Amino acid sequence: MSGATLMAAPGPARRAKVAAIPGFGLTFGITLAWLGTIVVIPLAALALRPWELGLFGLIDSLSDARVLASLRLSFGAALLAALVDLPLGLALAWAVVRMNWPGRRLLDALVDMPFALPTAVAGIALTALFAPNGWVGAPLAQLFGWSVAFTPAGVAVALMFVGLPFIVRTVEPVMRDLAKDAEEAAATLGATRSQTLRRVVLPALAPALLTGFGLAFARAVGEYGSVIFIAGNMPMVSEIAPLLIVIRLEQFDFAGAAAVGLAMLSLSFGILLLLNLAQRRLRRSRR
Amino acid sequence: MSQFRPATADPAWLRLSVAGVALLTALVLLVLPLAAVFTEALRRGLPAAWAAIAEPDTLAAIRLTLLVAVLTVPVNLVGGLAAAWCITKFDFPGKRVLVTLIELPFSVSPVISGLTFVLIFGAHGWLGEWLQARDIQVIFALPGLVLATIFVTFPFVARTVMPLMQEQGREEEEAAATLGAGGLSTFLRVTLPNVKWALLAGVLLCNARAMGEFGAVSVVSGHVRGETNTMPLHVEILYNEYQFSGAFAVAALLALLGLVTLGAKVVLERLAGRQAGGAA
Repeated sequence: MSGATLMAAPGPARRAKVAAIPGFGLTFGITLAWLGTIVVIPLAALALRPWELGLFGLIDSLSDARVLASLRLSFGAALLAALVDLPLGLALAWAVVRMNWPGRRLLDALVDMPFALPTAVAGIALTALFAPNGWVGAPLAQLFGWSVAFTPAGVAVALMFVGLPFIVRTVEPVMRDLAKDAEEAAATLGATRSQTLRRVVLPALAPALLTGFGLAFARAVGEYGSVIFIAGNMPMVSEIAPLLIVIRLEQFDFAGAAAVGLAMLSLSFGILLLLNLAQRRLRRSRR
Repeated sequence: MSQFRPATADPAWLRLSVAGVALLTALVLLVLPLAAVFTEALRRGLPAAWAAIAEPDTLAAIRLTLLVAVLTVPVNLVGGLAAAWCITKFDFPGKRVLVTLIELPFSVSPVISGLTFVLIFGAHGWLGEWLQARDIQVIFALPGLVLATIFVTFPFVARTVMPLMQEQGREEEEAAATLGAGGLSTFLRVTLPNVKWALLAGVLLCNARAMGEFGAVSVVSGHVRGETNTMPLHVEILYNEYQFSGAFAVAALLALLGLVTLGAKVVLERLAGRQAGGAA
């Protein structure tokens, strides 16, 4: 006890504040137990088990053509979906924040639908919708000859669905806080409306757009339930990486399954790190 | 108001095209999927949909889903509140690491979260032999389903409560402590009333995800009909057996759960906003 007081000597005021509220030991203990059992130990298993194959075995297990094709599809479709979601989410956020119209509240609530709808339900719903005889699939097939369901395009559509709310919900608060006076000042200084949008509004929204993009991408890369129904799951063509984990587990290839899982996590954390750096640069350049 | 156009008004073509894109996106990606679920479920009429739900296997799936949620939510409620308390009311080194770790499950694929538990508790897992010798089944049984569901719903409560408790600061709790209140009564009588609506919203979201989770439980379930099959997994089985009306009937039930959760969230957010507005 006295040792702790001595150690905290440089900041006596802070130390006193800490001691005022009870319950640190108990809540900290519960938090560590909860976090350790559910998150840390299981993820440690994921990080360690693939190495049972040895380094070369691990490389071999990951350089399987089917694994590479599935990783390409999962990451490619997730990036594409998050990219397409950017303008769509921006438009939705604009319609919710800036436009005055009767359906605004309803639209606002609807945006969270992909969060609330269980993924398996979304999966069979999107499949019914985009199948060659579906409400959206039929016109697309007749007018353009496009098929969406049971192709990689179907994967991208499902990932667009799960990622959309992330963009809207990160952009929306920034858009709401965006002070009208900056836009008015730009207009007073003679900027046309398009100049104001391009040089005042969009740069202010850019960091939030990037954050939303990262969240949508991270969610989409690992998505399983809404994808497997619409994808068709053809090996090498429309088979996503999480499905390959399931297939390897069914073949009792535990280390191989863990290898795919570890590769997915490392790749997506790498991409998220890059996005984070880009965002930091963006923030700094605005100052 | 006047015939003058405000300087910050957008040209009509821009407003129309943004509104058009927004409405088309909402229609195709948000409204139509929901409409498709209910249309397909009711294709053969309400009695047929009802009969599909009343099947013994479906009822068993509903019971199991409720059981998993009942076991999952309290764990994340207690853990989330404890984490929020020690993170927002105290200063200690490594706090940011703790926050990052709590948020981590959201950026891990559900399939991977199921996989991690198989790697530990499965037949070839770290504890596989030990468990087998004692005839304890975790994977392909209820404990596995619950563990995987706790993982995927881990951050919900902590995430909704933490920002609010951070914002409200420590003064009220410090005052309570100075006046001689213990930890529990400080929490129950000072902190809890301040965060109750946000807490309820977090619990509801946690529950909705727990009942609707598919990928994580799919890996640990083993898909035994009537035994380890939750509702979302049952949807998949029926769908793959071409029992579309049954699959969509169960899916419609899950969609209703989602809609109720959304509605409740809107109401709770309004209540929380009113509470914050009243306090300010």
